[in-house]
Amino acid sequence: MDLKPLFEPKTMAVIGISSSNDRHPANVIFAKNHLRYPVEVYAVNPKGGKLHSETIYPCIADIPKKIDLAVIATRAELVPDVMADCIKASAKSAAVISGGFTEGGRGDLQDRMVSMAQEAKFPFIGPNCLGVYVPFRVDTFFLPIERMIKPDAGGVTFVSQSGGILVDHMIKFAQQGVGLAKAISIGNKAFIKEKELLAYLTKDPTTKVIAYYIEGFGVGEGRDFVLAADCSPKPVIIMKSGKTAAGNRAVSSHTASLAGDYASFAAAVAQHNIIEAANENELVSFCEVLSSYTKPIEGKIGIITGSGGHGAMAVDACSLAGLKVPELSEPTKTEVKNNLAENIRSIASLSNPADLTGSAIDEDFVACAKVMGASAEIDCVIVLLLPYIPGITLDIGVKLSSVSKQFNKPFIAYVPQVEKYTMLIEGFELNGIPVSSSIEGAVLMAKALARKKPC
Amino acid sequence: MLKKEIKEIIEKSKKWGWVLEPDAQEIFSLYGFKTPKYDVAISHDQAMTIAGKIGYPVVAKIVSPAIVHKSDVKGVVVGIKDDQTLIQTLDRFRKLDGFVGMLIAEMVKGLELIIGAKNDLQFGPMILLGMGGVGVEIYKDVSLRMAPLKKRDADHMIHELVAEKLLTGYRGVEPINMNALKKAIVNFSRLMMDLQDIVESVDLNPVMCTAKACTVVDSRIMLKS
Repeated sequence: MDLKPLFEPKTMAVIGISSSNDRHPANVIFAKNHLRYPVEVYAVNPKGGKLHSETIYPCIADIPKKIDLAVIATRAELVPDVMADCIKASAKSAAVISGGFTEGGRGDLQDRMVSMAQEAKFPFIGPNCLGVYVPFRVDTFFLPIERMIKPDAGGVTFVSQSGGILVDHMIKFAQQGVGLAKAISIGNKAFIKEKELLAYLTKDPTTKVIAYYIEGFGVGEGRDFVLAADCSPKPVIIMKSGKTAAGNRAVSSHTASLAGDYASFAAAVAQHNIIEAANENELVSFCEVLSSYTKPIEGKIGIITGSGGHGAMAVDACSLAGLKVPELSEPTKTEVKNNLAENIRSIASLSNPADLTGSAIDEDFVACAKVMGASAEIDCVIVLLLPYIPGITLDIGVKLSSVSKQFNKPFIAYVPQVEKYTMLIEGFELNGIPVSSSIEGAVLMAKALARKKPC
Repeated sequence: MLKKEIKEIIEKSKKWGWVLEPDAQEIFSLYGFKTPKYDVAISHDQAMTIAGKIGYPVVAKIVSPAIVHKSDVKGVVVGIKDDQTLIQTLDRFRKLDGFVGMLIAEMVKGLELIIGAKNDLQFGPMILLGMGGVGVEIYKDVSLRMAPLKKRDADHMIHELVAEKLLTGYRGVEPINMNALKKAIVNFSRLMMDLQDIVESVDLNPVMCTAKACTVVDSRIMLKS
């Protein structure tokens, strides 16, 4: 089954268009793709007629071209017949936006669609979903274009059982400078599920990191998924909700009580090289760092700071995250010291964290970063960067990025995130160093690198 | 492949929804686990003969399809040293709900561990290793993995326990036989894969581990309804 037409359609039919209501989901989808994306869009409704000046075709079969992606947004009870039409017209895939299936007591309609799709090998996503958003390609989300926040195009593909969570994370990605490859809302995941998407995305050249929001797997599907993810060449991240539902169920054995649904979930994903994000902050941090660096670390963190308090907070966070902040050896300390400006040498604290003080300038940060970059005592450097220190310039990001590249060692930066510092932050991010808006977030990024194991 | 005897035991246990302890012990013994010497008595004479064969001290446990949690009804008596206590215990057990016999077993000492399994809806058989005994649900010092397991997984599970040091030798106490423990975990995970269509959850609690061996002292197999 080829999923490419779903994500890179050249032709698209939007089925269920209203000739009178521009806010109808189908109309929103039509409007936002028509003449905006490199896809030819056709409107469909059995009543025919016109949508503004565009023809509304009564049936997908009436469209003069073969359709790559059919977006179905009709009432639930009509969907199975519409899907039959799509298959008959040799459409290549569908996104079923309509709701009202298993979640509304009409599992029978969903079952009909699935058996039809299985027989015809017809890939469809949903129902009860937003469909797909691929930057510069296609957007089946029924959200008015002026209300959407779109992150930059980049390496993270986010697959979500919930459309709302997906759209929220697009906002978070945009805020944190995380690039998006694809946003995929799978809703009831009747036919195309996590596992099928994993198989496609591991081969998708634009996707570097695969992230999932999962409420639960179907019977036995968790096992299939984790076994497949174990060998993924790309990092797989999962954020799970519904962790506590089984908490009060009466159970008759110790093991059943201790190995509750979530405990089993967490154990099974961790065992198979999947990185579990405990919450949204972790998810965004993990996505950002893993799209920058692919090499796992052991977790020997070097911290460079301009403030002692920041350093201490970072050490505590590292310790909670199971990361080491090793004391630097005497020769390394001496080397750092020798490379600092003279006025800093006497006031800086040169253990780990290396506190260069508020008098440091770019070159002191770079000198310290170079020594940590070269030293085998450290395998990841966290820079706590305070843009209000007078000696720091807007070029600090690009300077540190070149050190990171020179020594092929991951650097992570913390910079307080306000509009005023945007250019400084972009100096890091656009040069490949992930930036977190909190100290804890920067440490979480390092944690993700330490958790990732080579396949 | 499951031995015919194992299948037969499971078949006859279906009516209760779980496998009575003597039968469960038989299954593990058939699958290659070390179990203590035991037999089941109904009468005084039988009890004394069995205890004589095993040799005091012994442990006595209630066998009843109505009693899953034996400790809750004081259905386990350890360290019985003479015929008199044995008979008194049997008389008391007879009054318990659903009494079908008293299991008399050799006393086994060692570090108490739990090895368990749960057939998870999403992930299939999940294997649990933890510090055993009645406190297991209080301390929750456990590690979980999806079956089947390799020896390396067993290594990781042991390493995850807070109490790992108690296993590897703490304050002059001899370390337990790690190889035996790992073999037991791996073997158990295989059995659970074989039983995944039939079994809901399993507790081997405790498994007594010493420098020599790991012995399944008590076991409970809950069947799928």
